[in-house]
Amino acid sequence: MNNLFILLLLPVASALVLAFARSSSTAKWIALVMSFVQLALTIPFLYAFIPDASVQFEQSFEWISSMNICFHVGLDGVSLPLVLLTNGLFPLIILSSFGRDYKHSFYALASFMQAGLLLVFTALDAFTFYVGWEAALIPIYFICALWGDGDRIKVNLKFFIYTFFGSLLMLIAILYLAQQTPNKDFEWASFVALQLDDVDQRWLFWAFFIAFAIKIPIFPFHTWQPDTYTNAPTVGTMLLAGIMLKMGTYGVIRWLIPILPFGAQAYGPVALILCIIGIVYASLIAFKQQNAKRLIAYSSIAHVGLITAGIFAWNQDGLQGSLLQMINHGISVLGLFLVLDIIRSRTNTYVLNDWGGLAARMPKLSVFFVIIMMGAVGLPLTNGFVGEFLLLKSLYSLNIWYAAFAGLTLILGAVYMLRLFQKSMLGPLNTNYAEVKDAAGIEVFVLVIISALIIYLGIFPNGLLRLSEASVTQLIESVKF
Amino acid sequence: MGAIILLSLLGILVLYLGLYNAKSLLLPVSIAGLVGALVFEVLAWNSGAAPIYHGMVLFDNFALAFSILCIVVTALVLLLSQEYFSAISKNVAEYYCLMLFSLTGALMVCAYHNFAMLFVGIEIMSVALYILVGIRKTDFASNEAALKYFLMGAFSTGFLLFGITLLYGATGTFDITGVKNYLVANPTAISPLFYGGILLMMVGLLFKVGAAPFHFWTPDVYDGAPILITTYMSTVVKVASFAGFIKLFSYVFSPLHDFWTPVLLVIIVITLFVGNITALMQTSFKRMLAYSSISHAGYMLFAIIALGANANTSIFTYGVAYSLASVAAFAGLILVKRSHGSDQFVAFDGLAKKNPLLALVITVAMLSLAGIPLTAGFIGKFMLFRTAMADYHIILLVLAVVNAAIGVYYYLRVVVHMYFYPMAEQEEKLAVPMGFQVVLLITLFLTVMIGVYPNYIASLL
Repeated sequence: MNNLFILLLLPVASALVLAFARSSSTAKWIALVMSFVQLALTIPFLYAFIPDASVQFEQSFEWISSMNICFHVGLDGVSLPLVLLTNGLFPLIILSSFGRDYKHSFYALASFMQAGLLLVFTALDAFTFYVGWEAALIPIYFICALWGDGDRIKVNLKFFIYTFFGSLLMLIAILYLAQQTPNKDFEWASFVALQLDDVDQRWLFWAFFIAFAIKIPIFPFHTWQPDTYTNAPTVGTMLLAGIMLKMGTYGVIRWLIPILPFGAQAYGPVALILCIIGIVYASLIAFKQQNAKRLIAYSSIAHVGLITAGIFAWNQDGLQGSLLQMINHGISVLGLFLVLDIIRSRTNTYVLNDWGGLAARMPKLSVFFVIIMMGAVGLPLTNGFVGEFLLLKSLYSLNIWYAAFAGLTLILGAVYMLRLFQKSMLGPLNTNYAEVKDAAGIEVFVLVIISALIIYLGIFPNGLLRLSEASVTQLIESVKF
Repeated sequence: MGAIILLSLLGILVLYLGLYNAKSLLLPVSIAGLVGALVFEVLAWNSGAAPIYHGMVLFDNFALAFSILCIVVTALVLLLSQEYFSAISKNVAEYYCLMLFSLTGALMVCAYHNFAMLFVGIEIMSVALYILVGIRKTDFASNEAALKYFLMGAFSTGFLLFGITLLYGATGTFDITGVKNYLVANPTAISPLFYGGILLMMVGLLFKVGAAPFHFWTPDVYDGAPILITTYMSTVVKVASFAGFIKLFSYVFSPLHDFWTPVLLVIIVITLFVGNITALMQTSFKRMLAYSSISHAGYMLFAIIALGANANTSIFTYGVAYSLASVAAFAGLILVKRSHGSDQFVAFDGLAKKNPLLALVITVAMLSLAGIPLTAGFIGKFMLFRTAMADYHIILLVLAVVNAAIGVYYYLRVVVHMYFYPMAEQEEKLAVPMGFQVVLLITLFLTVMIGVYPNYIASLL
């Protein structure tokens, strides 16, 4: 059963089935079952995975022979956690959509997107990677534009063109690299083996970096993000923030730095400083937001800024912390958006000042909210703590000022998160909402899973860290600044 | 060669069918003839051809591949035309006949081995089209388009002919191998006439493919002509002209590429920007496609500056992808225009609710034109970019990328109208006739098929 092709093709197959589903309620259940099957199929990989630095479960299929392009996929310690994240979050995202009104085409698009995401995280061939990168973009564009609200058309067009432009820059870089390889192929291994001179590496660095920076997003390439997140439907935001932005951070680890070490050496500090500016900037803006969803959108910029800063620090703690934090961020942000969506479904608004005192009416929800919020802020015994600790430690080893400014994310994060909690749950109850119902049924089920994951990963992060340890060590050994 | 003879005879046969009022036979006979021509071409595949008829034509795999593409696209266009032409013109037989004659010319352009044949081919292809563009005799736009196309076409043929004459003056031969041998034999003492000849031929061909700054006729002609003729012009005629173009420059004039590459580079950049930026401002879907076809000509010119065997494959793949997507887009336009009477973007409002399949086909066509992965258009663009990268035209590629990003904006605009805007008023479902269904499904299937598994087409030439 350990065939990666199955893992990649199953979502495509379910997307095709879902596209022809008759009603949205059957589609819902088909999507749910398929996402659990997908998750179940991932578990054998986890068991059979040997936590060393090698690439495992490799599969290669000659795709376009005249251009030496292979459909080449495999898993190592860096990609496995992200595959787990994707397949693990998908059932939760599908469950979050229950009780909301989505058509069968929504589930088809989401499944298709899952295939694209998995392709990005497993690809060992640049062409394959690029196809997955774009294949994940099309469905999310339609999801956000079809089921979003507000100025969804304009906002998503901006998002699409922005990211598409970045990807095309990356395509030029890929074509250039392929041109340099002895066989003119697109294999990751032959890209890494290239001995490029300094000048080439410098411009190639920016071609890759801009593509990734737009997707992550890193300041100043983030302008599409708050609008897109705010106007997207909640499940769309979950897909974007929970999983899709990890394509960018993963790309930096897998492609950018190993292929262009000199470029990363020359401009890595610039990228790092951009990340840190983004952390402080986004946290400050988050503090001023009146719209709860926008607040989380900005907080997400701050969090991924820290993750990316850890990658550019390029040491054991930084990489391990960023991988762990990618998972944590995915889980926490999913929880936060779900909580907001539950409140919104009862109150019909995201405006903070309209909320207040909801804890009295929603005691269960407020408990989950506290747990998820603590995870997002990074309190000890929650998942966020371990990741942020490792990340800050890695930045500290580079330069104390990096750590000092990046560390603001903890303080500012606590401030805006507590403000969010206070404005929504505490204080006097808005009389309009005297009759709102607490979270119930599937909502509680999803929240329990998320809270359990947050606490479990906070106490036992070692399982995840051990998966990636050997691969990370090898990456750092092979690329020394 | 069998295909050219068959198609010429078929044209005459169709004309007789019209004379004896056998209108219901027109389409089946034409399609059967096209299938026959296709069989001739496929049988000649890999036959290791040498120039025939005293070196007039050469049916190598390059010529055959482009001929097959032209025949298939013409067949698709004919399948769309059953009711279309009886609605706008009484003389349906003339229409079929002229289309077949024009295709004959296109096949000659694909297969020429002698400048005389290139000229004759282009003329046969164009003269039939002058009439076809103006086939709506009572429509002013159609008449204007025909006149404009005729004047511009005649003008550009003049350039082409003058260029051929200068080359003849310099080399004393019309045979393309002869001309190439002259270049190889005299690498240093090439007559100045020859350089003039190259430039004039380039201008003539750029007129035909509609590249800027020789593109001014395209929007008006594409807009004024009946939609199916526009489809035919922007696919078959363009592909055939490019086949002629690339054979001339990457085979015959390749020793002098240091001379003409800079000229073409400038033209490519102008073409890309003019096509894309003007397409951005259109409110009519048809005019948008006309301008976007200019920018696609710009992308296809990439293959000409990047010499080598890869260039042929990539321009062919791009031609296939572009033709399929254009046919699908224009077919959708015909249906929408039939129900709304308008070819503006707003006519597409809410189409996804009225007819999801049609909306899906148009969406895939637009994504393919925009060059999004898993569609044929991406493979075409990827191969063209790759050939351009082989010569390290990095600045050109960056400009092309900027243009591709601009292109997404207007291609997605129609998608936005179809999916995100509500219908104007409650309307009944949009009926799709049988012929359209077949064509739409074929284009959808091939576009996705080539996009997902392009192995065969990428190693064809």
